[in-house]
Amino acid sequence: MSAPTATESAGRATPSLWRRLPSSPVAMVGLGIVLFWIVLALAAPLLPLAAPNAQDYMAMGHPGSSARHWLGVDPLGRDLLSRIIWGGRTVLAVAPLAVIVAYTVGCAMGLLAGYYRGWVDAAISRAADVILSFPVVVLYVILIANIGPSALNIVVAVVLASAPGIARIVRGLVLSLMHQEFVAAAYLRRESDVFVMLVELLPNCRGPLITDFCLRLGYTTITIGTLGFLGLGLPPPNPDWGGMVKQATSMITVFPHMSLYPTLALVSLILGFNLLADGITELSQAD
Amino acid sequence: MSLLSIRNLRVEYTTARGTVAAIPEFSLDIAQGESFGLVGESGCGKSTLIMAIMGYMGRNGRVAGGEILFEGRDLARASAEEWRKIRGGRIAIVYQEPATALNPSMTIGQQLMEVPIAHGGASTAEARTRAERVLADVHLPDPDSVMRRYPHQLSGGQKQRVVIAMALLANPSLLLLDEPTTGLDVTVEAAVLDLLNELREKYGTALFYISHNLGVIAQVCDRIGVMYAGKLVEDAPAAALFATPRHPYTRGLLGSLPRPGADKHTHPLVSIPGVVPSAGRAPESCGFLTRCALAQPGVCDAAPVPMEAVSGGHLVRCARWAEVEAPAATPASATVAPIAQERAEIVMRADEVSRMFPVGKRRLLANDRLSFVAKRGHVLAIVGESGSGKSTFAKVLAGLDAATSGRLDVLGDDVAGKPVRKRTAAKVAAVQMVFQNPDGTLNPSHPVGWPLARALRKFGIARERKDVDARVAALLDMVRLPASLRHALPRQLSGGQKQRIAIARAFAGNPELLVADEPVSALDVSVQAAVINLLLRIQAEHGTTLVFISHDLGLVRYLADEVVVMYLGQVMESGPVAALFDPPYHPYTEALLSAVPVPDPSLRTTRIRLEGEIPSPLNVPPGCRFATRCPRKLGAVCDDTPPPARDAGNDHVIHCHIPLERLRQSEPVFRHAS
Amino acid sequence: MIRYILRRAVEMLLTLLVASFLVFVVTEFSPGNVARKTLGAFALQSQVDLLYEKLHLNDPLMVRYVRWLGVLTGTVADPLQDPALKLDFKDPRGDRYFGNFGYSTMYKAPVNDVLWDRLGNTALLAGLAFAVIVPLSLVLGVLAGMNAGSVLDRALSTVSIVMTSIPEFALGVLLVAIFVVWLHILPGTSPLDSHSGWSIAQQLVLPVAVLAIYDAGYVARMVRTSMAEVMAKPYVRTAVLKGLPRHRVILRHALRNALIAPFTVILLQINWLIGGVVVTELVFAYPGFGRMLLDASLFGDVSLIEAATLIALFVATSTQLLSDVGYRVLDPQARR
Repeated sequence: MSAPTATESAGRATPSLWRRLPSSPVAMVGLGIVLFWIVLALAAPLLPLAAPNAQDYMAMGHPGSSARHWLGVDPLGRDLLSRIIWGGRTVLAVAPLAVIVAYTVGCAMGLLAGYYRGWVDAAISRAADVILSFPVVVLYVILIANIGPSALNIVVAVVLASAPGIARIVRGLVLSLMHQEFVAAAYLRRESDVFVMLVELLPNCRGPLITDFCLRLGYTTITIGTLGFLGLGLPPPNPDWGGMVKQATSMITVFPHMSLYPTLALVSLILGFNLLADGITELSQAD
Repeated sequence: MSLLSIRNLRVEYTTARGTVAAIPEFSLDIAQGESFGLVGESGCGKSTLIMAIMGYMGRNGRVAGGEILFEGRDLARASAEEWRKIRGGRIAIVYQEPATALNPSMTIGQQLMEVPIAHGGASTAEARTRAERVLADVHLPDPDSVMRRYPHQLSGGQKQRVVIAMALLANPSLLLLDEPTTGLDVTVEAAVLDLLNELREKYGTALFYISHNLGVIAQVCDRIGVMYAGKLVEDAPAAALFATPRHPYTRGLLGSLPRPGADKHTHPLVSIPGVVPSAGRAPESCGFLTRCALAQPGVCDAAPVPMEAVSGGHLVRCARWAEVEAPAATPASATVAPIAQERAEIVMRADEVSRMFPVGKRRLLANDRLSFVAKRGHVLAIVGESGSGKSTFAKVLAGLDAATSGRLDVLGDDVAGKPVRKRTAAKVAAVQMVFQNPDGTLNPSHPVGWPLARALRKFGIARERKDVDARVAALLDMVRLPASLRHALPRQLSGGQKQRIAIARAFAGNPELLVADEPVSALDVSVQAAVINLLLRIQAEHGTTLVFISHDLGLVRYLADEVVVMYLGQVMESGPVAALFDPPYHPYTEALLSAVPVPDPSLRTTRIRLEGEIPSPLNVPPGCRFATRCPRKLGAVCDDTPPPARDAGNDHVIHCHIPLERLRQSEPVFRHAS
Repeated sequence: MIRYILRRAVEMLLTLLVASFLVFVVTEFSPGNVARKTLGAFALQSQVDLLYEKLHLNDPLMVRYVRWLGVLTGTVADPLQDPALKLDFKDPRGDRYFGNFGYSTMYKAPVNDVLWDRLGNTALLAGLAFAVIVPLSLVLGVLAGMNAGSVLDRALSTVSIVMTSIPEFALGVLLVAIFVVWLHILPGTSPLDSHSGWSIAQQLVLPVAVLAIYDAGYVARMVRTSMAEVMAKPYVRTAVLKGLPRHRVILRHALRNALIAPFTVILLQINWLIGGVVVTELVFAYPGFGRMLLDASLFGDVSLIEAATLIALFVATSTQLLSDVGYRVLDPQARR
């Protein structure tokens, strides 16, 4: 009976933040941008778009915007608008998935370390320290270059790089929550360790983690774009914003639109996540 | 001419929900050199008033009307440059939490010397001399070394002395004191209050002292004002306020405090119903209207009630003050019937219980060979200051910690080394606990009924949903809360309501022994009485044994049957409550009693002040742990030899080298002035 | 304090060991082996197999790692330089010296010949960026945090959010579009070659700007938060109500405490900059360490990857150590 109770309460407290969201213009702008891309991504198969990998050889002579191709075409004559929308689909699938998996791993590590302390904590914290001492991009480059670029491997790399940071936050929150008397009260009911961790402690980490979650979505979006740009993103011909920029940079002096449009798409989505995170922080501080 | 004259002051705050008048209308005069105390519970606007006087209200606060005349100038209209001269120069302030009021990355000397440099342009050398002199004035030993230290290297009492020194450096004519002793131990508090009285005479500074504690204010102030919902409701000379309080709220406040000599059998506490309204939510006419037993429609709720003079210097804001002259009769029903002292079964017996924490290579004995008993249905109070180890014992008893040696028999089993996980379910249900901090006691993520239902299920009291629901409702009713409250989240509850839930939770498993660790110390005075009454009623009804941990001797005397006095991990004295508050005393008990701020100026107390600080528990004397501060120390024997347990009869035991006959010769600490 | 630093230095060494082992493990996943990469794509399979045998590449991972460690510390001779292999690999420093990172299969040269020039170029780039980031973010952050909630604060916050929302490569593209394609006032590539018609200084402007803008936004936000927190502290109120002039309150009481937390963050930016240079150097074809690392990773040049990672980690962990020690000096409560 414990599990449903936990989700029930989390579900009840979240709307209170949702309900207050409209009072922060920053958060609303951020949410608007994110929703814009989510709607486009969901609707992509329904929109009257050219196939993202179809090459229009006729358009290659005049790759700029035209009636057929609103945003023009890329160096291979593929419709930019279609590739941007389909590319958004990948980002919006991979980034949240990677962050959610990273959160699952990171929360588990942080809960165990903060709850059991001692050698469990020492082992988890040392391991996290080693990973965190890598410059992040270096870690990504070495990992992906060796295990190969694919959506799954990007998720693996993001999890490996982000989970230690999440674990550190959760561990800190758990350490401070452990002093709270409601935890002692749970012991006085003979609750199990797992119950205390998942039902008494984890729901109370929610506040700080929501902000971090949004920031990490933004940062993971940056990562996915950057990996694409470094040639370590999704293998071609998949539409990938970072990869599209990379492909077009050699032509930037001639056809700047080819790299500019995907860049703007990426920046707008990241900005959306970051504004949302900022608005939520502001709201939670106003409590 | 008054030094400070506040005329029809109105302070407003802009919030997300609109403008709130934290102080709707406030008038007050303080004369040169006077000592005025303002009493009020949290949320009554007293801190807002202090900050309005200092012109420090943040971005969203402002003086919306009236004037604050200080030495003839209106502070509400002062320029930035005028403010700079007044703040710290003419008006200084001592804060509630000295730990946060001092800059952690500057030495005490740097922080003190800034004041004379900013006011009057002293040179560095002059500033240093003056800072050292004022540090000596506040009785800090070795001012030179204090000057070089950082705040975290000083104790709480020392930090407060530094803050007081800083306030006095520029010789201000008005000193604002914002709960300066809240959070300090009683013996330290008593010393700080003495210091304030001494400095007031020496510097001739007028004091404006705000506090929630009537006892503390009675020690320092000549005149006392009572504030409620942003308004002054009563203003009288100290003696008159305590002798003939006129406002129902003042009377309520006094009734909720245990008086010296009163106990639960003879003088039950009278609580004020309801809670303090949040800022700006109180009725316009009379702020106390909704909580007042004497409120009369048509009289009290018509127009704003004006301040009226009862006699010379005694003002009250009550439409019916003339009718509330007679003291309210004590409702006899609320008293707790005395229980038979003899032959009560022993429920808990501690026998040389110790709890040692290894700290590096050293050992910290938080509990050192504690031995005492608790009897069925009785209230055993454990009293001590911070560091006494009383909370450690509470945790060991409840099973949240384990003793490292000794025997602790609870209902027939030794549980000394057994935390909750090693105890049987029945034993865990039988020993429950109520915690100190109302804000931490309930999980903010779950509705308040959840821990009750959870406890009922875990202890096998109820399993079916219908059963659980009925039981939860019954528990809520037991603590006088509406059943609908079970779906509320903890943040929607007041502190008192949270503690009621905590009591209901503890009683869910029908405990035989309840450990209550300072259950009301974080609550407002008027709410404290209600929670104490509730706890005692349920405890008596269920025949539960209550182990009550407290630092408040007044409260302990009121509710305890037996008392244990602890100091630095050891028992100093134990015995029946009546025996403990009369000679023979353990010297520590005597000092503790004399430090209690008594809310009654007609009562004389022996003045015993402890020197120095509580030693670090890592560095305790091998003999009597109290020897380093004992005013009656005999000599080397106290330092070297553990004191004998002297039996004063009737289960009254004193651990002291001084023979009983000499201890018996002490004067009683409390005496009525004839 | 000395004991603390020593303990941390030992921990740092351990971290480097573990991390270098991890990198060794990860490179196992990459297709192709050292023998094939050494001999090139056109070598016969039999030749590759022979070299594989001679280099003992079929030894267990742990054995090969220890051997690599031996070469690095100068206790084992670099097997690739063995004249018997007839590879003609020579290192003027000899085949056995401390700090021997081995032979780069990509550049066909000792790693130590390839590494240090590029590291110097990168240090120049990162150093300039750091010199821009610190003052810029401090000024922006302190101004915003001092007046938390004001119009200035909101404006600065928005600017810094936008700054942190543009990845380095995207910023590179945007800046190139503006300054190179549109305005023609700066070069689009920075090979640090003075014959390209652009001075070295002009070539450095855009890469430095890309690195600095992203990080400055991040640091400014940290400083702003810390400053706003400190301004709301009771001791700042104490300072104001002592009658101190505002500049003294800010400079003596608020600033020092407000900078303790960001101090750590600022030093940790060096770690971020190392990552940032990988992208920036690729965008501007800058002959630096980051691009070398990227190329080495894509090629599978294990010696070079290990060398570059160790250096990156060394820089990262020593700045971490420096920031922890600095924190203890700045915060009297952490001293003890």
